Amino acid sequence: MWKYILKRLGLAVVTVFIIITLTFFSMNAIPGGPFEKEKAPDPAVRAVLEERFHLNKPVGVQFLYYIADLFQGDFGISLKTGRDIMQTLTESFAVSARLGGVAALSALVVGLVLGSIAALRRNGVFDRVIIFFTTLFVSVPSFVLATILLLTFCLKLNWFQVWSATGQQNYFLPILALALYPMSYITRLTKSSMLDVLGQDYIRTARSKGVAESKVIYKHALRNALIPVITYMGPMVAYILTGSLVVETVFTIGGLGSKFVTGITNRDYPMIMATTIFLAVLMVIATLISDLIYKLVDPKISFD
Amino acid sequence: MNEIDQIPKKHLLSLQLDVSKFEPASAEEKEQHSQMREPSTFFKDGMKKLFKNPLAVGSLIVLLLMVITIVFAPMIVPYGYEEMITVGGVRDKTAKNMPPMQFSELEQQAIANGEEIFPHIFGTDALCRDYFIRVVYGARVSLSVGLFASLIVLMIGLVYGSVSGYVGGRTDLVMMRIVDIIYSLPDLLMVILLSVVLDPLLKDAIAHTSLEKIGTNMISLFIVFGLLYWVSMARLVRGQILSIKKNEYVLAARALGAKPVRIVKKHVLPNCISVIFISTALQIPNAIFTESFLSFIGLGVQAPMPSLGSLANAARQGLESYPYKLVFPAVAICLIVLAFNLLGDGLRDAFDPKLRK
Repeated sequence: MWKYILKRLGLAVVTVFIIITLTFFSMNAIPGGPFEKEKAPDPAVRAVLEERFHLNKPVGVQFLYYIADLFQGDFGISLKTGRDIMQTLTESFAVSARLGGVAALSALVVGLVLGSIAALRRNGVFDRVIIFFTTLFVSVPSFVLATILLLTFCLKLNWFQVWSATGQQNYFLPILALALYPMSYITRLTKSSMLDVLGQDYIRTARSKGVAESKVIYKHALRNALIPVITYMGPMVAYILTGSLVVETVFTIGGLGSKFVTGITNRDYPMIMATTIFLAVLMVIATLISDLIYKLVDPKISFD
Repeated sequence: MNEIDQIPKKHLLSLQLDVSKFEPASAEEKEQHSQMREPSTFFKDGMKKLFKNPLAVGSLIVLLLMVITIVFAPMIVPYGYEEMITVGGVRDKTAKNMPPMQFSELEQQAIANGEEIFPHIFGTDALCRDYFIRVVYGARVSLSVGLFASLIVLMIGLVYGSVSGYVGGRTDLVMMRIVDIIYSLPDLLMVILLSVVLDPLLKDAIAHTSLEKIGTNMISLFIVFGLLYWVSMARLVRGQILSIKKNEYVLAARALGAKPVRIVKKHVLPNCISVIFISTALQIPNAIFTESFLSFIGLGVQAPMPSLGSLANAARQGLESYPYKLVFPAVAICLIVLAFNLLGDGLRDAFDPKLRK
């Protein structure tokens, strides 16, 4: 077990390092520097600035400085706004984390409940309705879903106010737009693994011993059916984080996702770098945790 | 009756069968039994199963209709995807943001004068361009991106997985470690990063070549697919090859002195082709998803060229006044992805039920 944890941790560290390296060197490969503007600064000023930001050093040394800064939580400053990126990141991530957290949690709970019901009432009306809608929702890209939700419920039906930073802040629609895809996926996953488990011998044994049906489902079936769902936790976090890029942009929520998209449209390279690294590290951590939990709940699985 | 057929009297608790209760088969029954099924191949069997699945057939029909539309519509509709509508050689500036199936003032005058004007099935956009043809071209771009990207993934994954699986040993270990690392990179973020970086790098390289029209973003999308998305295909191929490699016929081929490349090509790959085929089909909607996502956040195809994602993005301006501009590309994306998903599920059930999760 410890060996596995160490191995998995090692892979995560290597991945994070590769992400940082890739981000740094690819951003460095973009032609053009900070001083190639129409108003070139005085050579003396330029020398001081280069010294201060280590731009006169070779790229390798600059990379080491960048990593050292990262470890101190210093992502540099935005080219567009001139603000400290770390501050922007933490502020906007607070918004995104709330949005994404609620979306992930509701996707998980609703998905598990619907999936179990669909499995227990197999081929019933309810099962068919659930499967119809989940098949539909896994085929709708998040940006289409978000824009259509905005159009129908905010603009046409006026059920919800359009999101604004100061006034109305209703999270219902953005959460729905983020959660529907993972929810549908978890529903399908739960249904198939539940059906798998319900056909096992130990379920029949439990039933023949006269164990109450609710106990069979909660204690025996659901617990084992959960295992495939756990492996989906990592991809789900990745989906919600990248989905937040479009959902926040569509609903004009000032979270991390919309900051990233603004950075991309403005070609604000330090901002793009910082957000990429930040989101990538979050995703790697999420995958690591879901892998470790997977291993913990099911010791039968070997990874070699 | 012979002596042998005489069976001792059945004991009360004995499990012995009572032969007297059986009767000989009639000639007709014998005939039925000896009748052979028509010879069938694996492929024919699978197709038969596929065509019994109404969802798969339905999505196949939808996809076929779509392909027919995007191939033939540009020949029939007399508008271009980047041209303003003209009436009698004059640019028609009144044809801005028209709802579906309506004519502008200039066009109505022309019709009154007895001219025939092709209707704007989906209306027009803010730059007086026919919206139907733009959606058609958008679907064209999205579908071909999906197909090409999946082909790239298939090629790289097939070669890499075959080498890794067949050679085995330390080579396999090293190759699979590389796959592990690429697999753990967050792919969509890397796509965004590389698209941002490759845009200025490629701009000069492809200027004044035939590639310029596709735009740097599309090329970087293909590069990224070639760099990152092949890993799951490589894993799949490797797994298949590892299990097939152990078969006796591979051993026999080796004993006869066949070269590794020949063994892989002639004996191993044909046996895992269905699995590979299905996962390629399932890769297509994935690629279309990625392309439309990138187009939506402004990293997609070059400006006049539409894609379904960039059309949906453009429709966000004036969403309240012209909602149909969102609805058409959105429905097109959903239909394409849904059809591919259902078809992929159908293929999987028909050709390899074991794959079903």
